[in-house]
Amino acid sequence: MVLELYLDLLSQPCRAIYIFAKKNGIPFQMQTVDLRKGEHLSDAFAQVNPMMKVPAMKDNDFTLGESVAILLYLTHKYKVPDHWYPQDLQARARVDEYLAWQHTALRRSCLRALWHKVMFPVFLGERVPPETLAATLAELDVNLRVLEDKFLQDKAFLVGPHISLADLVAITELMHFIGYSPSSRETGVGGRKEPEVRN
Amino acid sequence: MGLELYLDLLSQPCRAVYVFAKKNGISFQLNTVDLLKGQHVSEQFLQLNCQRKVPVLKDGNFVLTESSAILMYLSSKYQVADHWYPADLQARARVHEYLGWHTDNVRGIFGVPLWTKVLGPLIGTQIPEEKVERNRKNMFESLQRLEEKFFGNGTFLTGHQPVALGCNLFEGRPQLTAWRVRVEEFLGADLCQQALGRILSIREQAAKNALPVPYPEVQSRMMLRIARIP
Repeated sequence: MVLELYLDLLSQPCRAIYIFAKKNGIPFQMQTVDLRKGEHLSDAFAQVNPMMKVPAMKDNDFTLGESVAILLYLTHKYKVPDHWYPQDLQARARVDEYLAWQHTALRRSCLRALWHKVMFPVFLGERVPPETLAATLAELDVNLRVLEDKFLQDKAFLVGPHISLADLVAITELMHFIGYSPSSRETGVGGRKEPEVRN
Repeated sequence: MGLELYLDLLSQPCRAVYVFAKKNGISFQLNTVDLLKGQHVSEQFLQLNCQRKVPVLKDGNFVLTESSAILMYLSSKYQVADHWYPADLQARARVHEYLGWHTDNVRGIFGVPLWTKVLGPLIGTQIPEEKVERNRKNMFESLQRLEEKFFGNGTFLTGHQPVALGCNLFEGRPQLTAWRVRVEEFLGADLCQQALGRILSIREQAAKNALPVPYPEVQSRMMLRIARIP
């Protein structure tokens, strides 16, 4: 039975997995789980992921949740090019470090910024106090600076001269914000460019 | 220079790294970074980690942050027993899955009682009862999920912090209690005591006014952390 990926491309981690699988020619059956229709709350989906979240994966009888876990599983199983998740101990540690950091830092502040800037006021018609929005955007700015000053620096990619899982996870996170929100000038976030993914 | 670990055993991820290194006989120099004394905001520590956080690993010139990255680095470099971080594809995936879930559902949630009962009052800040209650509910929900979905090599002794602060999360949860006993038995009582000493005595120290009062720069960072409690 072919690998099944349960995704909603509205979600940043789902996009990272989709791109990774496609780019590496990993055959899979796409199972769309439409979050806006609440499909992630169905009993059928709970069989795949009892946490009721996307992304989720089913490889024959083996089901798996959590985007980083899925990316690492695909990396190991399909023996993708080394640069995605290098064998070298220190290079690999750098990818692990980024993946851990982004979860509590960039991902969290991007999500909060999205909710406070867009989801609450535009979709839910709820006012967000200016101080709350300001604090959220300030935190996002701090995390973007860490992304640039600690991770990227003057390297081509986040952990070195070649693209890795770190870049994929970062780019899908940042593009989400760009897709949903007004220009960075309006939000007052930074003024710096997002890191470019070069081929 | 050998392996150096920059830790404050007040911090849960630091304890995990400490226990792991000790249990696996990995020799290291312990560099204590006392958070309450603000040692993490010193110029010297800033050179090591611009984010002013612990734990930090320094192996020669190689500096690494983030506890799970450190744990995986140590696992690979020192070739520890397979069960810690199994080579088997699916078993390893389960560890990654737990670590991902842990970040959202344990980290940041189970640490809150320390803020509400000790660190907030230390700087004259009361966390609103509504937030304390919400946190208690979040902890219990996470425990529920932990019991239902995850059961394996818990390497994180995160449960101790709320217990140390008078909130016995293991009560009425025989499955979790049995797991805790297995983990502590494997690690050994001495090692657990070493790692947990600081957190287990913190309430007593606070009651005796024996905790250092953090200086203003540290206090403002603490206020930021407190503001993030939902």
